[in-house]
Amino acid sequence: MTVKRRSFIKTSAAGAAALAAGPYFWPKGASAADTVKGGAIYDLSGDLQLFGKNQWACAEMAIDEINAAGGVLGKKLEVKTYDSQSQMQAYNQYARQMVLRDKVAVVQGGLTSSSREVIRPILHKLKTLYFYNTNYEGGVCDRNFFATGATPGGYVDLLSGEAMKRWGKKVYIMAADYNYGQITAKWIQKAVKDAGGKVVGEEFFPLTVNQFGPTISKIQAAKPDFVMNVFVGPAHASFYGQWASAGMNKRIPMVSTTFGAAGEVVRMPPEIADGIMTCYSYYEDLDIPFNKKWLAEFRKRNGTDYGYLTDVPPKDWYGWIFWAKAVNEAGTTKREKVIEVLEGGLTVDGPGGPLTMDAKTHHCTMDMYIGQAKGGKFEIQKKVAQVPPTNTGNQCDLIARPDTNVMYEPKI
Amino acid sequence: MDLAVVVVIQILYAVASLALISIGLAIIFGMMGVINFAHGEFLMMGGYAFILSYNAGVNFWIAMLVVAPVTIAVIGVVVERLIIRHLYGRVIETVLATWGLSLFLIGLAATVLGYHQKGVNPPFGTIRIGAYQEGGYTFFVIFVTLALMAALYVGFKYTRWGLIARGTMQNAQMASGIGVNVDRVYATTFGIGAALSGLAGAILAPIAGVLPEIGVTYVVKAFITVIGGGAVALAGTGAASSLFGAVSQAVTFLSRPVVGEVALLVVAIVLLRLLPLGITGRYFRRGL
Repeated sequence: MTVKRRSFIKTSAAGAAALAAGPYFWPKGASAADTVKGGAIYDLSGDLQLFGKNQWACAEMAIDEINAAGGVLGKKLEVKTYDSQSQMQAYNQYARQMVLRDKVAVVQGGLTSSSREVIRPILHKLKTLYFYNTNYEGGVCDRNFFATGATPGGYVDLLSGEAMKRWGKKVYIMAADYNYGQITAKWIQKAVKDAGGKVVGEEFFPLTVNQFGPTISKIQAAKPDFVMNVFVGPAHASFYGQWASAGMNKRIPMVSTTFGAAGEVVRMPPEIADGIMTCYSYYEDLDIPFNKKWLAEFRKRNGTDYGYLTDVPPKDWYGWIFWAKAVNEAGTTKREKVIEVLEGGLTVDGPGGPLTMDAKTHHCTMDMYIGQAKGGKFEIQKKVAQVPPTNTGNQCDLIARPDTNVMYEPKI
Repeated sequence: MDLAVVVVIQILYAVASLALISIGLAIIFGMMGVINFAHGEFLMMGGYAFILSYNAGVNFWIAMLVVAPVTIAVIGVVVERLIIRHLYGRVIETVLATWGLSLFLIGLAATVLGYHQKGVNPPFGTIRIGAYQEGGYTFFVIFVTLALMAALYVGFKYTRWGLIARGTMQNAQMASGIGVNVDRVYATTFGIGAALSGLAGAILAPIAGVLPEIGVTYVVKAFITVIGGGAVALAGTGAASSLFGAVSQAVTFLSRPVVGEVALLVVAIVLLRLLPLGITGRYFRRGL
């Protein structure tokens, strides 16, 4: 056999492409005609795997449920999963790959705001629907984008309101020193002032700070009625042990917008964690029939070594169910038609209660709960039904201005 | 007045915790010239060794002060025999190899131990200082660090083993010529450095928590301290952590945490511009 230069280049190029595709081949025998394709991207390894793995476990459960109920448009929903390795450049590469090579009808996933802002513009430009299922600082207004997570416009008001009712009006704010922390702190300032309270101190912490001694002394001097934190990451998690070591957890109540999202109630001993108050749209301990069944199924699939689920991971379940329901109602995966159905006030019932897509903002109306850490889990103390997504201060209206593509910050 | 006392205690604590997280790295770097990028992960593993053995029923103090350092010392010796000893004198290769080791250990901890090991509550109560309340554990960390530095000083200065170790580090060929088993000295020294890192990780576990990535939050400051201190391990670590800890903590008190972090870096940069070999490049050169 003689090897001609041209054919050699051709075959080696094809080989290289096949190698580059790595483990992401479609299973043999599945042709494009009998499946509908979706793309998922989660942080399955690296620093954020703590979140990404649970997110994917919930998404996978939704996809299996969709297929067990007949799939989408009578076809099997086939989702290709990409592991971002918690790296932003991987989000960039895989988002393009999912659309251009895999030709998926929808992309879901991402955790951090930075990952969202890497893939959202790409998917907007390539006209592929994007579902982002994390609670975040709020404000994205983009017709191609749908969010199932809670945003501070809702939970900050509830949390600070409840805390002021219980303990008093003087608040000390501690927040992570970047986008999410800064914006959420602004919301807290606004919520506290609107309710007639007073912010007696506010401090921001770079994500690497793990020594809180000076701040704990400053808090003692400021004598707030409670402390409200917006902590992010493992360094900030060091705070709680230092707070408890100084005996402060018995003197000044602690409220948090993030505590429990990374399984803290399982990891931290009750002496440290008990009493911290949070506000989420989901807790494992929700006493509703849908949740009991849902959680039993989740544990059957994933064992019990996953931590404790709060707000984020179940929202990836909602995200996939939302999209499948919209496609089935639209009778097509075509983007325009699916958006129309979603904007028609689509509702999905789930483990945390019903979520309804808000047409103007593409964010969801949902039930919120107040939960206080107690003995390795959360005690649910209050439910606020159907909180609307007022996260952009009503600046976003995608019905009146469908071409909007911005991220609003709160006007305070 | 009570605020002044609190500030002084906090500054002492900042200095002590900086020295505590750096001393293992300093011994390995100062005595052996090896830059151990997996230092943070030695701290992390020390934390895990402590909370796992404590939760398995071992006495609190034995788990912290014995199990953790001994476990990490064994791991350290294995690492030295398998990886480090092939790379003596090749700084860049050591950095790459230990960096790879660091990634491997984080992945291993995440896969095998996971993120949901139950932590430990800090012992001791609180101490009242006027209008303020300070954790007893703060004083414990300061005390343990002082005791550790004193023990190391005595060990290296006055014991036969310390003499052999120092001699080997000064001139390995000569030591070998007079019958010292150089390989064993290297392995032991690396093991001691690792044990100190493991102990530090265990001591900080109750107030910092233990996660597979927790090492990353220590490693940068430990490196700045060791480089700022220079090649003389004990004196260097003591001097550099006093300077950096005091400056960053005092500035944090006066302004904000972010300014405190910046102040630490500014002081480190200025210091290295004036003293490129670290503090012990000029002062305490004959120290330990």
